[in-house]
Amino acid sequence: MPARTTEQKTVLSAHAVERTLKRMANEIVELNDGTADLIIVGIQRRGVQLAGRLVNLIEESEGVEVPQGSLDITLYRDDLQTIGPRPVVGPTSLQWGIEGMNVVIVDDVLYTGRTVRAALDELADFGRPARIALAVLVDRGGRELPIHADIVGKRVLIEPGDRVDVMVDDLDGRTAVVIVPAAGEDEP
Amino acid sequence: MTSALGKDLLGLEPLSSEQILLILDTAEPFKEISERAIKKVPALRGQTIVNLFFESSTRTRISFEFAEKRLSADTVNVAASGSSVLKGETLVDTARNLEAMRIDMVVMRHGASGAAQFLAERIESNVINAGDGTHEHPTQGLLDLLTLRDHFGDLKGRRVCICGDVLHSRVARSNIWGLQKLGVEVAVCGPRSLLPNAIEEFGVRVIPRIEEAIEWADALNVLRLQLERMTAGYIPSSREYNRVFGVTRERLERAPRDILIMHPGPMNRGVEIDSDVADGPHSVILNQVTNGIAVRMAVLYLLSGGRPELAEAAKGGTGRRGGAEMTEAA
Repeated sequence: MPARTTEQKTVLSAHAVERTLKRMANEIVELNDGTADLIIVGIQRRGVQLAGRLVNLIEESEGVEVPQGSLDITLYRDDLQTIGPRPVVGPTSLQWGIEGMNVVIVDDVLYTGRTVRAALDELADFGRPARIALAVLVDRGGRELPIHADIVGKRVLIEPGDRVDVMVDDLDGRTAVVIVPAAGEDEP
Repeated sequence: MTSALGKDLLGLEPLSSEQILLILDTAEPFKEISERAIKKVPALRGQTIVNLFFESSTRTRISFEFAEKRLSADTVNVAASGSSVLKGETLVDTARNLEAMRIDMVVMRHGASGAAQFLAERIESNVINAGDGTHEHPTQGLLDLLTLRDHFGDLKGRRVCICGDVLHSRVARSNIWGLQKLGVEVAVCGPRSLLPNAIEEFGVRVIPRIEEAIEWADALNVLRLQLERMTAGYIPSSREYNRVFGVTRERLERAPRDILIMHPGPMNRGVEIDSDVADGPHSVILNQVTNGIAVRMAVLYLLSGGRPELAEAAKGGTGRRGGAEMTEAA
């Protein structure tokens, strides 16, 4: 059997991410039959960055203002005792309110589904939206819960130990989606 | 691996500046939870916390209880007046009995300095010191730091004067250690009879007159004058104390810069602080109360986390991936 490659592989370049986000923005408008009562909610941290880009794209194409919120699901995780000794809690901001709204949750990578489960729990504490949809830039499979995304930027099938790194300009200095094989994690 | 704070929170003296900043940074997002319609998150669901108060305390106990309930923990309050302590049971026996009921944390207020450490060394549950004698009151010190940071941002180089009965004050000690670790210059001001003999060894400046303290400081932390001190001969009378050391509007009007007024409560209005100062524009006393819940939520949360060995034991050793700051969402 040939040895598994340990090289990182870029599956979406900055240009490809931008093109993918444009398509996702159109799909969000189609899915919600316009922008009435629409609110885009990013999951901290990269989901928030991507939600911001999607909001800008929708506003450019539709010429309307779209409310944006952010969710930090750390306090809704089911594994507080297993996470590192310095759990970082980020801000949650849903100042527009979600009662009766069409909420689109945005995250960078969909994997086990546990983050989305936590996000749904947290949203339920803020009110009762008319509908909740999920948009992710990358769906890597490997679900542990019965959760699926309504809008997917890119589907990749990779080994459980591998990692998908989504990089965004504001946090990482460049935009790309990279697959990091498990064996390659220790390499410089 | 234990939590970033270790097993217990006994005081601010043993903490590093990084640990103190971690607590303050963690408290920031917890403020927002208290603004929600449903003021509750499930982070400590299934954990049991005992509030063991051997000394009467209303606001600290209620603040802890709010913090615990907002994190979804199950709480039990035990007061000395209603416990077997009156029947002669020792502190350790009380705690061991509670621990045998499978509790996870003890929040303890006790009249003896060092009681929290004594307990922490003998039980496996996390222990949080809610005030031990004249030693420390760490969560009060932390909420004071958070309140100051809300107003000043970086605290380095700021000046805080602690006014009043420093001798008997656990709040003063926690403040001195916490403030100094964050680079704040600290002074004390009060009657010499209510300052510890070797107070200079704490590295603080002693300011003899309240007018000078107001001129020097960016913030005054005014301590409560316990009325029993008057009968013990520490000061002539509360009227005399107010005349010489009271924080009054007239005195504050002569301050050369905006000055924050803090007080850990409960206040003796007209003694250490006048009503128009306590309720005036410089006062952040109610902000301190609000911040108290956020800081206590942060401490409870941080002490509960980062203990994978507990989770592994509970699951029978099945491994699971973790990491709060994961690049990749789950």
